Amino acid sequence: MPTVTMRVNGKTVSGEVEARTLLVQFLREHLRLTGTHVGCDTSQCGACVVHVDGNSAKSCTMLAVQAIDADITTIEGLADGETLHPMQEAFRNNHGLQCGFCTPGMVMSAVDLVNKNPTASETEIREWLEGNICRCTGYHNIVKSIQEAAENVGG
Amino acid sequence: MHDFNYHKTSNIEEAVKVHMGAEDGTYMAGGQTLLPTLKQRLAAPTDIIDIAGVTELNTITVSDDVSLGSMATHASVANSSEVSSAIPALATLAAGIGDPQVRNRGTIGGSVANNDPAADYPAACLALNATITTNRRKIVADDFFTGMFETALEENELITSVSFPKPDKAAYMKFPNPASRYAIVGVFVALFGTDVRVAVTGAGDNGVFRPTEIENSLSSSFTASALDDTTISPDDLLSDIHAQSDYRASLIITMAKRAVAAAS
Ligand SMILES: Cc1cc2nc3c(=O)[nH]c(=O)nc-3n(C[C@H](O)[C@H](O)[C@H](O)COP(=O)(O)OP(=O)(O)OC[C@H]3O[C@@H](n4cnc5c(N)ncnc54)[C@H](O)[C@@H]3O)c2cc1C
Ligand code: FES
Ligand code: FES
Repeated sequence: MPTVTMRVNGKTVSGEVEARTLLVQFLREHLRLTGTHVGCDTSQCGACVVHVDGNSAKSCTMLAVQAIDADITTIEGLADGETLHPMQEAFRNNHGLQCGFCTPGMVMSAVDLVNKNPTASETEIREWLEGNICRCTGYHNIVKSIQEAAENVGG
Repeated sequence: MHDFNYHKTSNIEEAVKVHMGAEDGTYMAGGQTLLPTLKQRLAAPTDIIDIAGVTELNTITVSDDVSLGSMATHASVANSSEVSSAIPALATLAAGIGDPQVRNRGTIGGSVANNDPAADYPAACLALNATITTNRRKIVADDFFTGMFETALEENELITSVSFPKPDKAAYMKFPNPASRYAIVGVFVALFGTDVRVAVTGAGDNGVFRPTEIENSLSSSFTASALDDTTISPDDLLSDIHAQSDYRASLIITMAKRAVAAAS
């Protein structure tokens, strides 16, 4: 069985996996980082979004072996101890989540957007969320959350 | 998903050699089509040959034409200022594929090799008269796309780059499926001097095609109104839960008009 080594949330981790093991399975089942969710089997919902070398990616549509030597950030890697990341704080302030199932992926996707485009317009935010499906909120409060986080980060 | 042997490769020769030695091998670029296919058990290769580490395939070069290495991701094409100024329609097309996460990993080589009947890049290749370069030869787009999910690629053949001549004017207009963003109908129009080339994706029951009726009308006048009396027969068009063939026939004309109006 292949051995994989990668950095996850700043720590070097390794494990033995089958070649077919998805990155999301490695994160959830081997590393017990269950914040990253699986909401579909068609690569469409975005509940599994993590950052791979600084870019958001669907961890259900990547093999663990493809992430060898990569730098991975999951939802667990955002907060600084007890202090939430500004994006998490903004989702809390703006009621940007209801059941919370889509939230890890939404937050990871949103952080990638704000990193790349801190002045994203409402339209750009909505277009960016094309790959993240939410069955609860109707998206308006998610968009508000991202706008607020972008303002806070941008100062 | 069935298990397989996984091979990371770092140059073209190595990738082709490993593929040749495999019982039933398949290349993997971004995996954004291959992995969903494997998850549904629609394919069960014995070996996966990962070409993401073949850095010579990542290049984007703009000179007389725009040459995209097969591993160029949709995001890198969409964000390239050089591509945007040379062929704006190509950057716009890449920016409209799927969603940001698919664009971060999906590549032009994978899209062209797969030739999904609803994919976007095949329309750009056909309308811009692109040349597909492989480890063995050069194939012009007119000869490359041979049918639904079918191409002129032979066993083990690896796409290394796709080069697009610069048109005088071009635009791509897509009517996307709201869930997947794949094209229900996508029309790419291009003007080279007095030559008009048009390609339609999403609609043909044999994959991407050039609608001669539209090309003829636009050759006399490259204006949206030149298509007022042009029609497309629904006979060879797809009919499915997303759209019936007569609706697609009508959408092709509408999208072609919008593309001509937007062409720059
Ligand atoms: C949710 C979702 C939405 C999408 N929406 C769209 C859309 O709107 N429009 C669109 O066009 N596409 C869409 N796609 C498909 C996406 O663009 C894929 O990235 C692309 O079709 C395949 O590229 P890849 O690099 O991921 O290829 P892979 O999945 O790695 O490979 C696909 C196939 O191509 C072969 N291959 C790959 N590279 C080469 C090469 N260099 N030489 C020879 N063979 C090769 C592989 O063996 C495999 O058979 C979507 C995908 C998803 C998951
Ligand atoms: S689990 Fe739905 S996109 Fe990954
Ligand atoms: S909060 Fe429930 S799916 Fe988004």
